Amino acid sequence: MPKRLLRRAFVLGAGLAGALTSAANAGEYNLTVDPVIVDTGTFKRTGIGYNGATPGPVLRFTEGEDVTINVVNNLDETTSIHWHGLILPFDQDGVPGISYPGIPPGETFTYRFPIVQNGTYWFHSHSGFQEPDGAYGSIVIEPKKREPFQYDKEYVVQLTDAHPHRGNRIMRNLKMMPDYYNRQQRTLFDFLKDAREKGVDTALADRAAWGDMRMMPTDIEDLQGFTPLINGKSTEQNWTGLFKPGERVRLRFINSSAMAYFDVRIPGLKMTVVQADGNNVLPVPVDEFRIAVAETYDVLVQPKEDQAYAIFAESMGRTASVRATLATSEGMVADAPELRKPSLLTMADMGMAHEGMDHGSMSMGGMSHTMPDGRAMQGMNHGAMNQGQTNHGTGQMSDTHKMPDGSSMKGMSHAGTDHSGGGGMPTMKHDGTAMAQEGHTMPDGSIMKGTSHGGMNHGAQGMMAEADSFYAPGSGLTPSAANGGKFLSYDDLRAQKPLYEYREATREVELRLTGNMERYIWSINGIKFADADPIRLKYGERVRFKFVNETMMTHPMHLHGMWSILDTGKGKWNPIKHVVSVAPGTTVFMETEVDAPGQWAFHCHLSYHADSGMFRKVVVEGGPKDKSAATTTNMKTGG
Amino acid sequence: MKIRIASLAVFAAILSDSPASAEQWFWGVQAEQLEWRSGEGSPAYAWDLDAFAGTDEYKFVVRSEAEYGTNANAFETLENQLRLQVPVSTFFDAVAGVRYDSPDGGPRRTYGVLGLKGLAKQWFEVDADLYLSEYPSARFEIEYEGLITNQIIFTPSIELDLPLADDEATGRAAFGPKLEIGGRLSYDLLDRAIAPYVGVHWERTLGESGRLVRDEGEDDDVVSFVVGFRVMF
Repeated sequence: MPKRLLRRAFVLGAGLAGALTSAANAGEYNLTVDPVIVDTGTFKRTGIGYNGATPGPVLRFTEGEDVTINVVNNLDETTSIHWHGLILPFDQDGVPGISYPGIPPGETFTYRFPIVQNGTYWFHSHSGFQEPDGAYGSIVIEPKKREPFQYDKEYVVQLTDAHPHRGNRIMRNLKMMPDYYNRQQRTLFDFLKDAREKGVDTALADRAAWGDMRMMPTDIEDLQGFTPLINGKSTEQNWTGLFKPGERVRLRFINSSAMAYFDVRIPGLKMTVVQADGNNVLPVPVDEFRIAVAETYDVLVQPKEDQAYAIFAESMGRTASVRATLATSEGMVADAPELRKPSLLTMADMGMAHEGMDHGSMSMGGMSHTMPDGRAMQGMNHGAMNQGQTNHGTGQMSDTHKMPDGSSMKGMSHAGTDHSGGGGMPTMKHDGTAMAQEGHTMPDGSIMKGTSHGGMNHGAQGMMAEADSFYAPGSGLTPSAANGGKFLSYDDLRAQKPLYEYREATREVELRLTGNMERYIWSINGIKFADADPIRLKYGERVRFKFVNETMMTHPMHLHGMWSILDTGKGKWNPIKHVVSVAPGTTVFMETEVDAPGQWAFHCHLSYHADSGMFRKVVVEGGPKDKSAATTTNMKTGG
Repeated sequence: MKIRIASLAVFAAILSDSPASAEQWFWGVQAEQLEWRSGEGSPAYAWDLDAFAGTDEYKFVVRSEAEYGTNANAFETLENQLRLQVPVSTFFDAVAGVRYDSPDGGPRRTYGVLGLKGLAKQWFEVDADLYLSEYPSARFEIEYEGLITNQIIFTPSIELDLPLADDEATGRAAFGPKLEIGGRLSYDLLDRAIAPYVGVHWERTLGESGRLVRDEGEDDDVVSFVVGFRVMF
């Protein structure tokens, strides 16, 4: 691990500053935090930006550089800047209450830290709702060494979800009425349509099943009504990136949205994903990819024709879209494809999060269920069976189970399991799934423990749409490419170069992602941030985090200060990320080498989920003293 | 109106005295009914509104319900409540508070309030209150928002007010309930802030209470057409 040692040396240098840094490459940067006007073409509102604009500037650093960044707060409230994805001393991480107190109005804070990595990142305020209000910018770090791919030109493509309401008002409205912004709810007409297509009984049973849980299958985006922007421009304002036919263009996608996931494509062009969250991956050619909130993906494209190409991003809930253009001259406008129809969540997405669910009567205790198909079992999570109407009775799992849509699910006998007759689930297709898995034994009826998504290669499944093991089987959220081609999955990501030696995790920490939708309280292990103790880690550990998503929403989990090594079953080649998206009804694992002393934030990156409690402080105990941040005062008044 | 202002002042005092904590404060105002009623009875303005402020753990609510008759230029009913809501389950809050009634020409009454408020299965919004005094009563309200489209909403509601003791001065007899059934069709005009609606409101006074109402020369069975705004901000 010589690379790691080198990093440590740099971090050490940061504390001393001055004399040491003069030897290295050093740069000084200035940012002002300013009130700005957000103008999307459809609405204007006040907001917050950097150097007088939102998005703020692209900060260009070089790997190995020691940066000094002077941040002047021109707001009348405290602000902060978090350098998203950067590895740095914790007191430079920019989270008020964890890294430092924040930057009071009128004051200047000087950040000093070494740049120990390269790639695409971003920065944003970590105070209140300044980020959704516009306080974000991007970071591009040039590598010291030659990259394993080549390109002629590059653009940052920063996606955001500008909302006509400011963050404080949105939070208040969500607390007052959690579906305040959901304008995709199922209506009388949807019911009539369902009744016509599936029969009145089925339609009623389906409504009753959701109503029983007091949840909505349309609850994919709890904040709608936003205007998506690319580099601050709406579809009408049409951000344009120029190319010469045949040039290879690197597009650095950053999702700086408060709440919106995007499905991104460039009709007519294959995209080659070369980097995820700032770390190079083995190139994956795709037609479309989903970018979670706060993730970055770098893709290479090679437009050969002298024409305009649309960069088209649809929100995951299909409530809004934005088109930008790749063009050979200014003024060209690519056609924006039509927004696809929204999908509905299914019972598979509900996972186990059911109130009134009664496992007690199920005599699953001593049974050993061998599953030929680990995924099917995992994704079922018994969620689909634990419906209101589902009557497990004596717990005979081999019974025919009545599904919410009124049809029956046969062959759930978990032993040998014949899934071929299981046509009851709306989109589950077990047919032809010949998965040679080792048997999974279920100690209890609730969850399949230890089922790593990663360990299975689903590539060869004969499914209708290629299944993505990072979604619950039968999930309404499973993406598919608009052109029927390849849609990127976490399963496709392989680290180009592991940052760490591969080793067994020293311990596992389970984090159940929980929430109370009606009260708009989001939490981890059922406890919101205000009431929670910090997560304590020991320097030198390798911790395996187990995310169990018990909510119906997708959560992009972000650990500050240390890398999140996503378990896709590739062992030492598991991709290295800073955001791990956890779809509803799934369990996802990531591992972290605990190599950064101090205290850090760990949270869902959906702004209103983080703020309402899906947030933790992580304390890393032990480790070299000199690593744990500089003690120099960075604050000076005036400015 | 004086009473409303007084209760707001109490409410403000509680707010300002609350110690600083990590809990965030939220507030909001919701008027489910703010309407003009016209029909078999005397025409009236009526409202049913809640203003709240609080955290995830505690919510202080000022609730006001009134009917102001335009013939008599007087409040036929005027109820103001100061309520504290505390979560007791995923979907329900327990309620404790005080209620003060001060209709024009009627007796003033003060009650202690104990109740439950929340969202029942199948999306029924439920309010169940017990009003405690020497003239105790119970009230049960259910409301449902039926989406015709995502903007056009039909809201049926039922309210049952059950006196548990005789209170002739207010025209109520023990176990003679008053039943109010409404149906309102609204359109979300501006966000969810303002939604104009039209609807029907039916009030029926039953049992011995019905007789008391008739003795007063009033109708125990009144159907009104209503037009108004639902307000939320």
